[in-house]
Amino acid sequence: MRVLQDAWDFLLAAGSWTGEGGMLELLVQQLLLTFTALLLALVVGLPVALGLGHLGRGGFLAVNISNVGRAVPTFALLAVLVTLGWPGTDSFGPYGRAGVATLLALTLFALPPIITNGYVAVREVPADVREAADGMGMTGAQRFWRVELPLALPLVASGVRLALVQVWATATIAALVAGPGLGRVITDGFYRSQYGQGIAGAVVVAVVALLLELLAAGAQRLATRERRDPLATVSTGLHPVG
Amino acid sequence: MRVTVLAAAAPAPAAEPSCYSRLTNEWFCLDYVRDRREEILDATSQHLLITVLAVALGVALAVPLALLARRLPRLESSVLGLSTGLYTVPSIALFPLLVPFTGLTMTTVVIGLALYALTVLVRAFLEGLRSVPDDVRESARGLGYGAGRLLLRVEMPLALPVVMAGLRVATVSTVALTTVGSLVSYGGLGNLIRDGVTTNFRAELLTAAVLCVVIAFVLDALIVLAERLLTPWTRAGRTTRTGRAAA
Repeated sequence: MRVLQDAWDFLLAAGSWTGEGGMLELLVQQLLLTFTALLLALVVGLPVALGLGHLGRGGFLAVNISNVGRAVPTFALLAVLVTLGWPGTDSFGPYGRAGVATLLALTLFALPPIITNGYVAVREVPADVREAADGMGMTGAQRFWRVELPLALPLVASGVRLALVQVWATATIAALVAGPGLGRVITDGFYRSQYGQGIAGAVVVAVVALLLELLAAGAQRLATRERRDPLATVSTGLHPVG
Repeated sequence: MRVTVLAAAAPAPAAEPSCYSRLTNEWFCLDYVRDRREEILDATSQHLLITVLAVALGVALAVPLALLARRLPRLESSVLGLSTGLYTVPSIALFPLLVPFTGLTMTTVVIGLALYALTVLVRAFLEGLRSVPDDVRESARGLGYGAGRLLLRVEMPLALPVVMAGLRVATVSTVALTTVGSLVSYGGLGNLIRDGVTTNFRAELLTAAVLCVVIAFVLDALIVLAERLLTPWTRAGRTTRTGRAAA
């Protein structure tokens, strides 16, 4: 259990947090990567998912994209992107070495949960609610903004939450291709046979993952509490969403 | 003599470098697959072994846990909470945490992946058992079924579709996650991917990556096939159900 003592020492040493390539810098790098990729995936994925759900088309694609995303190893995709001529290992500002490749891979992996949940969320709005909206003379756009979207929001939010945690986890794997982020503390420890350092890095990554999950769960609860009874807000129109 | 001629033919012609030489470094290269067949087969079988062992261990642990959680409802939320918490820990962080106990061995990878599979499988077993209608359970009891026979003959078969869906998710993600095991040098095809990245060997990298995806889809198809064979009644049931929905 010597390594556990080493890990503890590494966590307590100020030198392992500060300076160039210190854990603080890597932590910020990985948080930056995670949130940028999530934002990109939301901007690209949500309109597609919600639009397809509203139109009731492309269901096969929207549901199966998750299965494909699960089958492709993150490590393999990252490896291919890094070995390509572009993006390769190009450095990208504060995102570090292979920043572009990592951002691209992370965005691709955030898309499946966002698209699948977004699509299913809109499709699961009860048919009679949808018919009632049509019967009241709502246009397609009105039906989407005032009926489908508010009812779909909780499930959309859980897709985003899932994506956030997955992207954080995936960002760690970037270190396997010498990319940015906290995973590097782990891989460095392993390649140099300093297992204590590797374990210390793993603890930090795991703790932040749990914190992100708790934060996201809290945010989701807050967001859904505001409109606890979506049907009521729809009927009274107190909270126009848009 | 023929054999030596054939063997020499692959790397010999210096005028025309093979498609995986340093100069060309092509992504698709059948010569590579042919020349390194043994290495690729070894990695593939290690990958399959790790995946199958991990999923089997996951199932072996998930069944008693699910049954326990069902028997003791107070335990259920903590079992589910623990499995969610575990799932948020990245695999690359989980393996190092196991190393002090199991060392740099295949056991580390199998246990780590089994824990991930476990989180999906416990949920699937619980949901599957919950999907069994209460009146079915009651009629079985009325027919004199004991707890054990009820579970094996009535509940398990009826829970099978949901359980199998969970098994598919667990298996496919385990195949993908196995590659990360290359961190402790037991990653099956992941070892080839890592080597491909570090030595900029494109054919090796892409071949291993494609094989990973192929393994995932083949295992997925096998589970679907097994489910069809095990639950012949669902196909008959499905037509009536969709018929009712349409009406």
